[in-house]
Amino acid sequence: MDLTRLDRRSDTEWWIAPHGRMRVPGIIYGSEALVRDMDVKVYEQVENVATLRGIQRASYAMPDAHWGYGFPIGGVAAFDPDEGGVVSAGGVGFDISCGVRLLHTGLLAPDVEAIKPRLAEALARGVPAGLGSVGRVHLDAAELDAMLSGGARWAVDRGYGTAADLERIEEHGCMAGARPDDVSTFAKNRQRDEMGTLGSGNHYLEVQRVTDVFDAAAAAAFHLREDDVVVCIHCGSRGLGHQIGTEFLRRMAIEAPQYGIDLADRELACAPIASPLGEAYLGAMRAGINCALANRQIITHLVRRVFADLAPRAQLDLLYDVSHNTCKVEQHRTNGRARSLFVHRKGATRALGPGHPDLPAAFAAIGQPVIIGGTMGTASYVLVGTAAGEAKSFGSSCHGAGRRMSRHAAAKLWHGREVIRELADRGVLVRSPSPRGVAEEAPGAYKDVTAVVDAADAAGLSTKVARLEPLVCVKG
Amino acid sequence: MAVSAVWEHFPHGADVGVRGIGPTKEDAFQQVALALTAVVTDPTSIRCVVAVPIVCRAPSDDLLLADWLNAIVYEMATRHVLFGAYSVMFHDGELRATAWGEAVEPARHQPAVEIKGATYTALRVERVEDDHWLAQCVVDV
Repeated sequence: MDLTRLDRRSDTEWWIAPHGRMRVPGIIYGSEALVRDMDVKVYEQVENVATLRGIQRASYAMPDAHWGYGFPIGGVAAFDPDEGGVVSAGGVGFDISCGVRLLHTGLLAPDVEAIKPRLAEALARGVPAGLGSVGRVHLDAAELDAMLSGGARWAVDRGYGTAADLERIEEHGCMAGARPDDVSTFAKNRQRDEMGTLGSGNHYLEVQRVTDVFDAAAAAAFHLREDDVVVCIHCGSRGLGHQIGTEFLRRMAIEAPQYGIDLADRELACAPIASPLGEAYLGAMRAGINCALANRQIITHLVRRVFADLAPRAQLDLLYDVSHNTCKVEQHRTNGRARSLFVHRKGATRALGPGHPDLPAAFAAIGQPVIIGGTMGTASYVLVGTAAGEAKSFGSSCHGAGRRMSRHAAAKLWHGREVIRELADRGVLVRSPSPRGVAEEAPGAYKDVTAVVDAADAAGLSTKVARLEPLVCVKG
Repeated sequence: MAVSAVWEHFPHGADVGVRGIGPTKEDAFQQVALALTAVVTDPTSIRCVVAVPIVCRAPSDDLLLADWLNAIVYEMATRHVLFGAYSVMFHDGELRATAWGEAVEPARHQPAVEIKGATYTALRVERVEDDHWLAQCVVDV
């Protein structure tokens, strides 16, 4: 990105002054190096989002922003329905409520080292992953609708986890306002065999070790200590969410003119929040969020079974579950008054600061855990939400490393079996049915997650608590 | 000289661009579907033992392309199959196609990635230089 087009307000805050059809400024967070490396498409997409009706304060991009669909990945924007605000299928994306959850194990790295190969095999066998894998939970039409209404709460009611888990999930495990009737039969068909499956691409299940603690107070509140072993699950709403995204993107693109919406980019496809199409999308999208929460809850159950077999004294308590592709109604102050805004986070993590009323009691004094996924060969991070983040980005932070090269380029540079062998030499056991998939996801294909996290920390979006390194990685 | 029917991938930051080129629009749509398959696995590794009919209708050629690719994604996901060959016809603004393939065998096909959906990024269907057709878009994986 050409930095001369930006107004630098600090080391990590870059503004695009409103021009043309922009209703608000664009604000990109990141170090000079990260922003310079961003594709010019990020600039254009931040600009385009700023043209949407009802947008508040600014169109934001997080430090891991990259070229997305309509919105940049790493994009955050909030809309006021009282000002004709819109909801955008492109602003949530195809993988509705894709997210990350982190589980304690109660084990230390040396405990796991002895069982690592068996653990890797058992997790790969126990958690369906990759194209062609089928879940072990099959739902009839009534149960599918119950799942879409109930989310992780439905899963816990069916024996997949405990009530304590629900306190450690955004929305307490159940997104209100889901309308299964607005989810098409096609979307439901696509989910028929996919409950409790990990998927593929950048989704993974990792066993990780805490290597560093940066914030002792927050780490204590999160019960994270150096050498602790944790489990990270990264996946979303599977085929159901993808189909909802596909169908509403199409409808919103076609029907936009009927609502007087002139889209700067067709993938900004949106509808007024207060419209039949907007309401239908919100009902379906919230059902998609519940699907993702239920899916991660079932996978958690499968992981717990594996640990129960191999390490019976392990206790897999949930630290937290965060989604990074959502649109949620939240209370924020803009232009001097409190409003209910529809906050889109596309590849961005909600990062509530201390004292926020939506936080679980355990985190009320310290802020929300913000879980940032890495790559098979690098690190993941836990951060904590800040009070300042509310004013800076509607309480949002980054979500991961972000790719620095295409899958095509990665597959030319690396061979999957070599990547697996090299990582094994470094102590990271990768299990995947697809060597090509591993090559496309090679750690070198991603940006430096540490640089992204450092920028989020420096910008005050969220602050670093702990660094994690993978021990075992299961990929689709 | 007539342009051959071919498919190719083009780079995109996080995902994959699929492109079909051919003497006719039908050829371009068949080829871009093979490019879609090739995101997942080598199309020549797929035995064509199952035939699945697909019909799509859309208000424009480019939306029809997105619908066509999304219909293939849907059939692959719900039938647990991969497709190695396609035939496409256009009739009265409607796409009528058959996709041939077989059940996914992860060990043999080694599928690289699932496709979430066809996007409207770089979405184009057009006649080029009066002698061939191009159909392309980016697919989210």
